[in-house]
Amino acid sequence: MTATSIRGGRRRRRRTPDPISDQAMAYAFMAPAIACFALFSWYPLVRGVILGFQRVDFVTEPEWVGLDNFRAIFGDPLFWTAWRNTLEFTGLALMFGYVAPFFLAVVVNELRHFKGYFRIAVYLPVMLPPLVVVLLWQYLYDPGNGLFNTLLRGAHLPESQWTQSPRTAMLSLVLVSTWANMGTATLMYLAALQNIPGELYEAAELEGANVWQRLRHVTLPQMRFILLVLLMLQIVATMQVFIEPFQLTGTTNPDTITVMVLIYRYAFTVNHDFGMAAAMSVLLFLVLGAFSAAYLRLTWPNDR
Amino acid sequence: MNETRSLFSAQHFRRRRHRALYVVVLALLAAAFALVFFFPMYWMVIGSLKDPAELARPAPTFFPESFHPEVYVKAWNELDIGRYFLNTAFYALGGWLTQLVVDVTCAYALSKLRPILGNVVLAGMLASLLLPAAALLVPAYLTVSDVPLVHWNLLDTPWALWLPGAANAFNIYVLKQFFDRIPEELLEAARIDGAGRVRTLVSIVLPLSGPVLAVVSIFAVIGMWKDFLWPLLVLQEPRTQTLTVALSRLSATGRVPLTEVMAGLVIASIPMIATFLVFQRSILRGLAAGGSKEG
Repeated sequence: MTATSIRGGRRRRRRTPDPISDQAMAYAFMAPAIACFALFSWYPLVRGVILGFQRVDFVTEPEWVGLDNFRAIFGDPLFWTAWRNTLEFTGLALMFGYVAPFFLAVVVNELRHFKGYFRIAVYLPVMLPPLVVVLLWQYLYDPGNGLFNTLLRGAHLPESQWTQSPRTAMLSLVLVSTWANMGTATLMYLAALQNIPGELYEAAELEGANVWQRLRHVTLPQMRFILLVLLMLQIVATMQVFIEPFQLTGTTNPDTITVMVLIYRYAFTVNHDFGMAAAMSVLLFLVLGAFSAAYLRLTWPNDR
Repeated sequence: MNETRSLFSAQHFRRRRHRALYVVVLALLAAAFALVFFFPMYWMVIGSLKDPAELARPAPTFFPESFHPEVYVKAWNELDIGRYFLNTAFYALGGWLTQLVVDVTCAYALSKLRPILGNVVLAGMLASLLLPAAALLVPAYLTVSDVPLVHWNLLDTPWALWLPGAANAFNIYVLKQFFDRIPEELLEAARIDGAGRVRTLVSIVLPLSGPVLAVVSIFAVIGMWKDFLWPLLVLQEPRTQTLTVALSRLSATGRVPLTEVMAGLVIASIPMIATFLVFQRSILRGLAAGGSKEG
């Protein structure tokens, strides 16, 4: 067998694969993907870390400044505010967006009718572009003639400033985000619930377990895996919240500025300092990476 | 009998007292879902159709006194929503094609051509899934503004969305898993008949991969259509912007009538709602697969 090119060997029957041109072919097929990953994923990761230690002004060559960028952001009071706000957002978002879908899914799973309707209703907001969701809620939150305050007025309850008051701003952002995203978690819980073998409930009931005991001792342990995975994914995702604070309260509001908004602000609006933004990104990356590693280490089922 | 059993048994619901309770809970829950999830969308559509004066009234009306569908024509033409809509559709279509070409060829090579170091390449790609998007924001922006080695500036061009979008490890992984299940004998038979690698991909592998290509395609289009932060960064020239980036900019000026912004929101949502209604099954099944995966 000769090493003709594969396409050239149209009439020739090849019994043994030709290793060299096969390898070349394989890498030719992978080249576009490898190039895209190299340019937009692998190289930026390295460059991001380097940038964190540089001053970039696009006029002169980037200058090595050691820990100056980190010193600058640690000295910025907004840095601490942004981290506090981000943690607050994540905590609240988990309370609503992680726990509530679980109970919602448990209840919907017990229903014998309209299951399709419930699934579609809860998932439809997930399909809307996030900006649409945020602008729609901005209109609902409007302190003057927004729907929410109209309803509160109608019920003779005190009105709220929603996104415009320091007390309620963060909660308002979390509500939007939860509304838009809870469909995913709910449907994943539902799918997991449907995989629990019915005999387990049967057996528990025969042994006299009531509803709560069945939920506690059958449902929860059976859902362990998905519960653990979603907790991690949601923490990592909510720590990177951007569009809600960006659109609803702006990049300057200390009540709601988050880590991502601050990175955006360092790089593209107020500071125009890519070094500071990169340093902040490196910190976020380290925090999320350390959290993920520790979490996986603690919770991943090991061979017992 | 063969009913799937959950917290409550089927018998439980046959008892009269429980059945009444069940009906009440079902009705309440159905109404609550309609109120929570559908009503805001109804409010958006209704808001866009109201007279601007009616919309601005402190006591909003739950049903418009007069309908003004012409606001959609106005928004489409005067706010340039038409241009932004077509931009977004073009970016989504191109992004979908780029993702398919780049990711399918890569997955095919990884699955069927057994490249040396194939596993290393795949691991490097999968590792990118662990990277928070935030970590790459600034350096990826710099890369797009001045691509290393070739020094292209991709800002304000579709490639700024398409090329980074093609680096999609999830697609490659899903496609590879699917290709792995295509029997080797089938490809061997094609090879004996004289088909080259490209022919085999096009006329054997792809026709067998309908379901997985559909799922990848749907999620590619949804992803492109929903993205906001990246297009906001790389499409600064207003003429090139996506619909949502333009709506964010327009609404921030405060000079655009609210009814027209609302119309823009509805227009931006329609393709996504339509996609969902058409491909509901594939989308929900894809999610369910993620949810039922056991460790």
